[in-house]
Amino acid sequence: MKALVIEDDQDVANYLVKGLKESDFVVDHAADGKEGMVMAASEEYDVMIVDRMLPGMDGLSIIKTVRATGNQVPVLILSALGDVDDRVEGLRGGGDDYLTKPFSFTELLARIESLIRRNRQAAETETVLRVADLEMDLLARTVKRAGQNIDVQPREFRLLEYLMRNAGQVVTRTMLLEKVWDYHFDPQTNVIDVHISRLRAKIDKEFETPLLQTIRGAGYMLRETA
Amino acid sequence: MKLLSQLRTSSFQLALLYMVVFATSVFLLLAFIYWRTAGFMAAQTDETIEAEIAGLAEQYRGRGVNGLITIIRERVARDPNAKSIYLLTTDDFLKLAGNIGSWPQNARADSGWINFTLDESVGWMGPQRLARARIFEVQGGLRLLVGRDVDELTNLKRVIEAAINWGMGITLALALLGGFLMSRGTTRRIEVINNTSRRIMNGHLSLRIPTRGTDDDFDQLAENLNRMLDRIVYLMEGIRHVSDSIAHDLRTPLTRLRNQLEHTLMSVDNDEAREQAGRAVAEADQLLSTFNALLRIARLETRGNTADMKSVSLDELVTDACELYEALAEDKEQNFEQDLEPGVLIEGDRDLLFQMVSNLIDNAIKYTPERGTIGVSVRKEGAEAIFEVRDSGIGVPDDEKEQVFQRFYRVGKSRSLPGNGLGLSLVSAVAEIHQGQIILSDTYSDRSPPGLTVTVRMPAFTGVLKRIRAAQAELPAQAPEAGTSESSEAG
Repeated sequence: MKALVIEDDQDVANYLVKGLKESDFVVDHAADGKEGMVMAASEEYDVMIVDRMLPGMDGLSIIKTVRATGNQVPVLILSALGDVDDRVEGLRGGGDDYLTKPFSFTELLARIESLIRRNRQAAETETVLRVADLEMDLLARTVKRAGQNIDVQPREFRLLEYLMRNAGQVVTRTMLLEKVWDYHFDPQTNVIDVHISRLRAKIDKEFETPLLQTIRGAGYMLRETA
Repeated sequence: MKLLSQLRTSSFQLALLYMVVFATSVFLLLAFIYWRTAGFMAAQTDETIEAEIAGLAEQYRGRGVNGLITIIRERVARDPNAKSIYLLTTDDFLKLAGNIGSWPQNARADSGWINFTLDESVGWMGPQRLARARIFEVQGGLRLLVGRDVDELTNLKRVIEAAINWGMGITLALALLGGFLMSRGTTRRIEVINNTSRRIMNGHLSLRIPTRGTDDDFDQLAENLNRMLDRIVYLMEGIRHVSDSIAHDLRTPLTRLRNQLEHTLMSVDNDEAREQAGRAVAEADQLLSTFNALLRIARLETRGNTADMKSVSLDELVTDACELYEALAEDKEQNFEQDLEPGVLIEGDRDLLFQMVSNLIDNAIKYTPERGTIGVSVRKEGAEAIFEVRDSGIGVPDDEKEQVFQRFYRVGKSRSLPGNGLGLSLVSAVAEIHQGQIILSDTYSDRSPPGLTVTVRMPAFTGVLKRIRAAQAELPAQAPEAGTSESSEAG
């Protein structure tokens, strides 16, 4: 997979490039807006990570220009500005996701992987999601594990659906709040953990292999354990 | 109401004062004119009478009493309609000559000036006319009266008096009207300044007071106020710039610190080292979240309420928050009650409101012991949308209720509980943006612990409702209209 990083802070850029390479990405890096714009226009990428404040040309202008050419590459905006309005402005400007500095690398990786995946899935219309012996019917809105019906609440259904769509990838708590609950806010307590443990009780408790795992310092992952 | 407030303005009162001065001047001027005119006419009458007397005296000196009688008869005969009045009588008021029938009743004195009315008996003069005369005792026991009919003059005087009265009245009316109109012009310009200032205070900092370009005193005032606003905006941008700089300059090294810790966490094999690195990452996250919350509050407080405000359904938002937090309450076996009135709209920022609501519910759950009671309600009271969280927790002592909104403030017993002391500061900043008011009170007045009730009152959003009502009014069916009026009464 190919990623373009447009970031002027050398340390953040190095860290990003190093981390992405370790996660099997091919990474191009541009240190200013104009250079980044030229690279975005001449190459095809699976994902772009764009800092909002850049010398030469600011991040939002780059995204607008890229979108104007019909290029639908997923874009994650990085910014030191964390206000809700800044975020809304960034997403309206054509960004697919927004991450405020400082961010943890796992959060960034989780988000760009989810973006890439969503971009690929957009074409397909699945009606049944499967992870190991866990099965979700999106039309009938039923969940089964090993053929056994599992009764879930509507919100739990959405939570599980999101986890299943991102199976095998780390999903952070903030991502869950944003994508499943659809609110962007900072909870004072890890209220998500309570919902995860309830979901876990339903899908994992009576079965031998746990699917829903906690990743320390990062979030959760739904996967078939080896 | 509007008229009353107009009358209370200082510019109208100034105009009123000017009106009093002006009316007094006009009154004095008219009084002077009246005094001069009436005085002149009276003097003229007296002079004419004196001249007549002089003529008669000459005749009397030359020809005696008979000559006097003759000349009086001649004069009366020459012009029976003249304004002159003559009467010569004996000592006991028997008429010898003259053009009036009898001596005036009120003039029994021997000599001097008199005013009297002419009787109908004087055929040619018609009823009740005013006259002025001088009376004498002529040598030989005769009495003489020489006068003039001043009825027309009196009428003229009355006309002048009436004109003066009307003139005063019209002057007063015009002055009042003029004062009202003039002050209204001024009041309107002041009103423009007031309205603009109010909107600026509500957060529309980019607004400026309009000027006419005439460079008059109001324009100068407006320009000075505008310059002051520019200065304020400049200073506020300074604050914003500083906080942005802090965000940019301090959060970046913090990122690096956290990322290095994270890298350590991922790369070490030793379980104990991982445990420690994990704790360090959590500590760094806590530090960063405190730092973020501080910056967020600072930014919310300086930005005003111009942000991304949309119509938000408060009851739906609180339903979502309850759904998210109910699980937390259930884990503490707390009784979680919800009373959410549907259709309560406010104008606001959805994410910020959710932050506020969730912070308050989170606090209630955190500070209420196991098996306690939490109550969340949303309702509309008149033009206000109300969000309320009740709990049966430790509560906040009365003397600390004001202080809990300060940054880093923790109520005595809560210091041991997790949290950064910024939750309520953030709540307060969000409420401020939504023109909301936060009231803290005890849930139970007769119980210990008293619990805490937090009530947030925000202006309800009515724009959509108005549109719905307008749409319903256009429908021919009556049912929806009836429904609307009922619901408006209920609200």
